[in-house]
Amino acid sequence: MPKDSGIGVASKRREDFRFLTGRGKYTDDVALQGQLYAVMVRSEVAHGKIKKIDTEAISEMPGVRAVFTGEDFSEVGGNPAGWLINSRDGTPMREPKRPVLAHGKVRHVGDAYAAVVAETLQQAKDAAEKLAESAVIEELPAIVDMAGAISDSENRVHDEIDDNLCFDWGWIEDNREVVDKALTSSPHVTTLQLVNNRLVPNAVEPRSSIGEYDPGTGEYKLTTTSQNPHLTRLLICAFVLGIPEHKLTVVAPDVGGGFGSKIYHYGEEALVLAAARKLGRPVRWTADRSESFLSDAHGRDHLTTIEVGSTMDGEILAIRTSTLANVGAYLSNFSTVTPTFLHGTLMAGPYKVPHVYVNLKAVFTNTAPVDAYRGAGRPEATYSLERAIDKLSRELNLDPIEVRKKNLLTPDQFPYTSPVGLIYDIGNYQNTLDKAIELADLKNFESRVKKSKSNGKLRGLGLSTWIEACGIAPSNLVGQLGARVGLYDAATVRVSATGTIQVMTGAHSHGQGHETAFAQLVASKLGVAEDAVEIVHGDTSKIPFGMGSYGSRSLAVCGSAMDRAVDKIIEKGKKIAAHMLEADEIDITFENGNFTVNGTDKSKSFGEVAFSAYVPHNYPLETLEPGLEETAFYDPNNFTYPAGAYLCEVEVDPDTGKVTICSFTCADDFGNVINPMIVDGQVHGGVAQGIGQALTEQTVYNEEGQLLTASYMDYTMPRADDLPFLKVDHSCQTPCTHNPLGVKGCGEAGAIGSPPAVVNAVVDALNRGGHAVTHIDMPLSPHRVWQAMQG
Amino acid sequence: MTTVKLSVNGKEMSAEVEGRTLLVDVLREKLGLTGTHVGCDTSQCGACTVHVDGKSMKSCSVLAIDVAGAEVTTIEGMANPDGSLSVIQAAFKEHHGLQCGFCTPGMVMTAAALLKENPVPTEGEVRAYLEGNICRCTGYHNIVKAILAASGQDVAAMAGE
Amino acid sequence: MYNFDFTRPSTIKEAVAAIGAGGQALSGGQTLIPTMKARLAMPETLVSLTGIQEMKGICTNDAGQICIGAATTHAEVAHEVAKSYPALSDLAGHIGDPAVRNRGTIGGSLANNDPSACYPSAVLGSGAIVKTNSREIAADDFFQGMFTTALEEGEIITEVKFPVPQKANYQKFVQPASRFALVGVFVAKFADGVRVAVTGASGEGVFRWTEAEVALSKDFSAATLDGMAAPSADGMISDLHGTGAYRAHLVKVMTARAVVAA
Repeated sequence: MPKDSGIGVASKRREDFRFLTGRGKYTDDVALQGQLYAVMVRSEVAHGKIKKIDTEAISEMPGVRAVFTGEDFSEVGGNPAGWLINSRDGTPMREPKRPVLAHGKVRHVGDAYAAVVAETLQQAKDAAEKLAESAVIEELPAIVDMAGAISDSENRVHDEIDDNLCFDWGWIEDNREVVDKALTSSPHVTTLQLVNNRLVPNAVEPRSSIGEYDPGTGEYKLTTTSQNPHLTRLLICAFVLGIPEHKLTVVAPDVGGGFGSKIYHYGEEALVLAAARKLGRPVRWTADRSESFLSDAHGRDHLTTIEVGSTMDGEILAIRTSTLANVGAYLSNFSTVTPTFLHGTLMAGPYKVPHVYVNLKAVFTNTAPVDAYRGAGRPEATYSLERAIDKLSRELNLDPIEVRKKNLLTPDQFPYTSPVGLIYDIGNYQNTLDKAIELADLKNFESRVKKSKSNGKLRGLGLSTWIEACGIAPSNLVGQLGARVGLYDAATVRVSATGTIQVMTGAHSHGQGHETAFAQLVASKLGVAEDAVEIVHGDTSKIPFGMGSYGSRSLAVCGSAMDRAVDKIIEKGKKIAAHMLEADEIDITFENGNFTVNGTDKSKSFGEVAFSAYVPHNYPLETLEPGLEETAFYDPNNFTYPAGAYLCEVEVDPDTGKVTICSFTCADDFGNVINPMIVDGQVHGGVAQGIGQALTEQTVYNEEGQLLTASYMDYTMPRADDLPFLKVDHSCQTPCTHNPLGVKGCGEAGAIGSPPAVVNAVVDALNRGGHAVTHIDMPLSPHRVWQAMQG
Repeated sequence: MTTVKLSVNGKEMSAEVEGRTLLVDVLREKLGLTGTHVGCDTSQCGACTVHVDGKSMKSCSVLAIDVAGAEVTTIEGMANPDGSLSVIQAAFKEHHGLQCGFCTPGMVMTAAALLKENPVPTEGEVRAYLEGNICRCTGYHNIVKAILAASGQDVAAMAGE
Repeated sequence: MYNFDFTRPSTIKEAVAAIGAGGQALSGGQTLIPTMKARLAMPETLVSLTGIQEMKGICTNDAGQICIGAATTHAEVAHEVAKSYPALSDLAGHIGDPAVRNRGTIGGSLANNDPSACYPSAVLGSGAIVKTNSREIAADDFFQGMFTTALEEGEIITEVKFPVPQKANYQKFVQPASRFALVGVFVAKFADGVRVAVTGASGEGVFRWTEAEVALSKDFSAATLDGMAAPSADGMISDLHGTGAYRAHLVKVMTARAVVAA
């Protein structure tokens, strides 16, 4: 009989009722007495010197209560990068200050250089428009092209950085010569230049922040669209505004998607707090979509050359990549770790490759900051590798499936130390590949090719076998590598006198269904009903600490912290039960919600023990504190390594170049699964974003640094009719060896594994149709595919 | 300022508006019905979809004053009279047709409009009808499934599961 | 959005008076309102045409023409002419998305004459007549370039009269983001010849592809087009979504598909 609750069950989400009835509470839904509206004044030029901002010109306009410029924040700190990267020569990265509001210069279109606060939104907009009209900004040449940026010492995004280079990183630098030699002596070398296209995350909820200040207590409150409220608090307090950390509460209520873009602290959050303090009234700001395009941290934007050396029968001997990574105009919080330790360390993929070397130069340009977007570095690595292996297979006239099989690590090779520094703990990559082949009905592929041909279409098949590293840790190691924060997480389990449970977690759910899955986890371990467990997240005043949700870390790290806290509850419960049952603690077993004296039928339920903890009449007060509440911090000793195989079948319309995804099959290994329904949903969403990157989404700045894709009129979001039903499977499970739950991350997998599968499929279709196309850069829009077919 | 009367979810309501006040602003700011969301400026994301006189419309692109006297239905008016989830809402929950929940009100309103016009749509018809509703979380897979399920069809078979 | 005065007349006469006094006509507003939200338009007075019953609805006149009130929504057109003019119904049923179709109107679309809008191709391809408060304008005279029409200050479209062809079809290849036409081709076969109207492609807005019309009038088959060159790419729109050459190529592809589907 299938279980109807607990681990491995598709419990329906408790979040859904409020969202489906319009009762969700997102930041912009919060209305406060006396609230004022802030509007940011954003640069219309990509690069310019701020000569004059005439705040007097608008101070008397109707409803205007305050105007802020960069000058107002010149004495406070800047928003720092969270990771220090050293260049190959040992010098630290160049790290220009990122101010609350641009000061002296504006550095990208959309860079906010002033803010207006008024009684109504329309009054604030009117005044902001007037301020922009009267501002004098001397336009400077825009630095947009990365290669041009680093060869240009005249034009500088930051005056103190002469070559617009943030760092020149080598990984692992000591391996460089060995890799060079291995490539030189390889019988075959495949070289591929590719663009990993810049993407705009586009959570459907735009960013929004509300600042409050209580002059009576000196306390601040920030309600904001964040994946990461504790880190936001830390950054604001320690680096940006200098508010004592105990005087600031950050609340991230319901958040309408993040995908990375809401990990970071943004200037608007500091602005509304500073404005609230100055004015003594709540100050709110909500981005409109065009502001989101201009000012949210973007993702990807790599230019890569990859070389793969192999034998003539496809055994990979060495890999070398050289990449320019765009960091935009300022360093966003994770912008330096994303293209380095989340990218270079994955360049061996799921393969046994003797030698790998990665070089990456991070470049400042007059464009919006670029940071982690779903997958963050790992999609870029996977795309380079999986495209190159496909090209290699084609050049050597080998079956791309066989080439992968030849190189995949085998189960007996774990734990495996990769040449780029990771220790893969466990996996079975053959299983997921075989599973994908079975689910995709590959044996009938050729007949589908014929059928497509009879309809005038070109059909192709694309494969990607991928691995990623998520739940980044442990803190002491990442600290050595330059991280400026720890990457543990925390949970408090609070049992009430009546036996119900609140769990305070440092994770933040913005679509992942934590309120349901975490309740399953805790309830099943404590043997209580899921309804008896409430998950509390997103409020720094309620939660001990947390590093938020990103990088597919929530279950592996935060869930493990929760598991540890529950262990402590059970241990204390055993002591209480032993007293109540007049038995020795070591004779107590906890199972199915009951504390039982071994070998007897004497037991106390979890509820009875909880009651006793709070009404301690029959209780070992001499040796044990009353109450039943435990906190655990958990710092993993390794990443988790989900992996899988994705197969994509496409049809290309040769007359128009339009690509249709006919089927997309995912076989993933996420280790143990708590809620398979939620895991399926995570993969669906990730794959859709990956297909979006592969086929539709592109972010285009022109030579003047104007963003040409600044609305949904030009930025192509995948829609329902761009996608088929997806085949998703996670029955191949090799439980993670080092966390107590045996789980791996699943949130980013789809976005990591899918783009190369799609592009490989299109290239395959074109070649089957007689077009000798080796590569097309993403997105594979109809126009680009048609152009490639023209030769 | 002009007083606009609307029947919202069956209740007579009125609000003081300017000419430029959008229907969505009346709903969210004047009437406190914050279930209707704003996700874009160009009337493409569909998070603001409501029904006006029984037809789906994007409340971010309709002036409140221009629909004075209309009957408006929002997500807050979609549950059964006893407060339980309607067939469509229940199908979204059953099939995990939502993640972050932000696009969800618009999706439910659009789904309701579709099933009113076309009670037993094909998968292709559902996907085509969702052209004006953007979701970034679900890949639409489970939204399409939920809508097909709400129409009483065997979705597991249709989705090849 | 800047504020404005608002009026919602109930007759054409009142509307014309209000617009004559400097007001800006507002039909479905599915283009104008987003434009105003972006503060790219700042009318002092908006004159809503949504309350004018005499501008709504569809009928067939004695000449057999389908007469569509200018304030009739895309959804109503799609529904009402499904049997009498399937190609027009199909076109109307694929403009924007369902919610936009419930609000946007044929008159609003034509008066705006967006170079990527669908309706202009049906009007030009059908040789329809655009009726205003003061006159009737042949389609060939109405469209005068991107966002430009024969409408004079204060003149509003009240009705569009479509002759019904023997066969017709509209093929839209969408600009993938906006879902407007990257190229849309409306082909209509009448007893006295074939009309081919193209939208989305030209910087001058909708136009007739006369070479194809001549060829198809002789032989209404896709094969007729095989030997023909695509129209010249000169003057075609080149943007992120496709070069002029690509659009010119698509004109030919979509024309052939429309002929087959008609």
